[in-house]
Amino acid sequence: MPERTAAPVDVALFVPCYVDQLAPQVGLASAAVLERLGCKVTFDPRQTCCGQPFVTTGAHAEAVRLARAHAAVFAGAEAVVCPSASCVATVRRRYADLLGEREAAPLAARTFELGEFIANVLGVSDVGAAFPHRVALLESCHGLRELGLGRASEQLGGGAAGGGITERLLRGVAGLELAPIARRDECCGFGGAFSVGFPELSARIGRDKLRALAESGAEFVTGTDASCLLHLESLRAREGFGPRAIHLAEILASGTGA
Amino acid sequence: MSAALDRRALELLPRGARLGAHDAAVFALREKRDAAGTSEPDFEPLRDHARALKAHALDHLGLLLERFEARASAAGAVVHWAEDAPALNRIVHELLDARGARRVVKSKSMLTEECGLNPYLESRGIEVIDTDLGERIVQLGHEPPSHIIMPAIHRTREDIGELFARELDVPAGETDPARLTEAARRHLRAHFLGADAAITGVNFAVAESGTVVVVTNEGNADLGMSLPKLHIACLGIEKVIPGLGDLAVLLRLLARSATGQPLSVYTSLVTGPRPGAELHVVLVDNGRTRLLADDAHRRALGCIRCGACLNTCPVYRRAGGHAYDFAIPGPIGAVLAPALGGSAERRALPLASTLCGSCSAVCPVRIDLHEQLVAWRATDLPRGRAERVGARLAAAVLARPVLYGVAGRVARGLWPALSRRWPGNPASPWLASRELPAHPGASFRTRWRAKTSAERGHERSGVGS
Repeated sequence: MPERTAAPVDVALFVPCYVDQLAPQVGLASAAVLERLGCKVTFDPRQTCCGQPFVTTGAHAEAVRLARAHAAVFAGAEAVVCPSASCVATVRRRYADLLGEREAAPLAARTFELGEFIANVLGVSDVGAAFPHRVALLESCHGLRELGLGRASEQLGGGAAGGGITERLLRGVAGLELAPIARRDECCGFGGAFSVGFPELSARIGRDKLRALAESGAEFVTGTDASCLLHLESLRAREGFGPRAIHLAEILASGTGA
Repeated sequence: MSAALDRRALELLPRGARLGAHDAAVFALREKRDAAGTSEPDFEPLRDHARALKAHALDHLGLLLERFEARASAAGAVVHWAEDAPALNRIVHELLDARGARRVVKSKSMLTEECGLNPYLESRGIEVIDTDLGERIVQLGHEPPSHIIMPAIHRTREDIGELFARELDVPAGETDPARLTEAARRHLRAHFLGADAAITGVNFAVAESGTVVVVTNEGNADLGMSLPKLHIACLGIEKVIPGLGDLAVLLRLLARSATGQPLSVYTSLVTGPRPGAELHVVLVDNGRTRLLADDAHRRALGCIRCGACLNTCPVYRRAGGHAYDFAIPGPIGAVLAPALGGSAERRALPLASTLCGSCSAVCPVRIDLHEQLVAWRATDLPRGRAERVGARLAAAVLARPVLYGVAGRVARGLWPALSRRWPGNPASPWLASRELPAHPGASFRTRWRAKTSAERGHERSGVGS
């Protein structure tokens, strides 16, 4: 049985542009999980893009423009929840540079990655999902190192590595078996504009990741960033091997008889 | 469309076994670093300490440099100042020339690589023999180092056997590392004994004592400094630290971060010349004061050249150091290149990162490397007009939800065409090694609207029944 939170929480869904356009099922699954946990979910269609692609390509003025628009859309929200660690990291780690600390800090404090919101804000570790498959976790670099959803293998001190928030939620899913992978937190090679500007290097890193995933015997690979998963899925389509990609939200929303 | 680094990686480190071997050899260093850092309980506090002491040293660099000059001079060294690479090369050549030195043994120095000292001296008839084994390998192969502490890490032992069979006294087909090393040792010993001068790099310069510190695993710098009568030590001005206590902190981090050793095999502290010999210390700026004046990027000068950021970098490991075409490859190279590198291509190196952030997580002095890469992208990227206009257009569309929705629908219509390979397809870079994702169907916002209006419909009919 899923745990439910005491009081309903109003959640403004932050659906990144690429999820909206390329992975709509991830947005729907996010809403489904949150509603099941007792949240009241709204989606403001004025939202488009948080500005991340402009930050990472150095288009500062454009990034400021989009950050300002994004901040305006979510100005009144109690909690902003997003199924993409790197977009959350943009709001939390880059908006201060774009909008100034004073405007950025309140929004940053109310913006959460989906799994982080479920575990840390709602305090739920078992969402009542069932997914009877062998699943490998692709830790998102930005989730790990910028949001601190877990600890990367090179981050020393403070106990054993791994066992982050995402992994904990997956362990709460009935029937799900976690498949350990070699170099568990090595980047998948996507990197946004990097994947287009440096296609060979991006694919080299991605193919190695795909191989490590295939060797783990996983049927599915999951994670907190649909962008990394789309990259792996695109490589899998070309290479013809490797587990299918499925977003964390889809696993958490699965097997509920809905 | 694709960047120079990407093209050169394909040429210089083609797909196949060699690429896998390079990635594995470099990643092994990362894992040794992890193990060494884990077994040293003070590792993380040491990193905090190192960060603070380097920040302090950079804040007071002028004072420390003057103090270093005074104390080193008092100890009998001669201190020279070089504004840029040509100045360093000229000073070193004049020192050698005035003493009739024709044969030089040199230990590893990334600074002299940066400044092109070897070719400068060689073109003036001076024989320069690199004495670090890896450096000697790349020198014999007529190529630059590909890694700042492992110059020949892109070479397999088969490569080296072949090279040594050609250049040294080694039978063809020899691949045993011990025998290859022994051959290099015999070959180098003769050069050490016949050298007129030694040139070394410097890992740290201690202001309070006027000491230069040279760290190696092979003892080659020490042998060089001990035999000829002339020792020229070359260092970037950022290497100066206040005192021996600071040195202790940095030494505990350097080898652990680099190779996983608690300490390198040889750590030599040189204060003044030995009796009857000369010690010259050349302090080189070559763009460093410009970087020091740049508040957003000055922290990069705290680098102690351990190579940990290269070893953890997924891009470096798949590209190889030569693809960077800059003396210092990897994340720290990409951060320093815009300030020290000159060319437009080098100023574009900050783009050569997925921004995974692992470099920042391993840096022993906690340089925020991936944040620096982001910051460089916003300030100093050489950018074409098309790119600038493209960014402005994209932002203009994204800033208007209605236009954004239209663009999404247009892209959906074009999806099947974009998924196919044809000349001029804007998706070509993506399609080079990947397929486009499957057609996603209707967007989230369209489906959400349908879902919410259906629910409202249910509610209304619910009231009626």
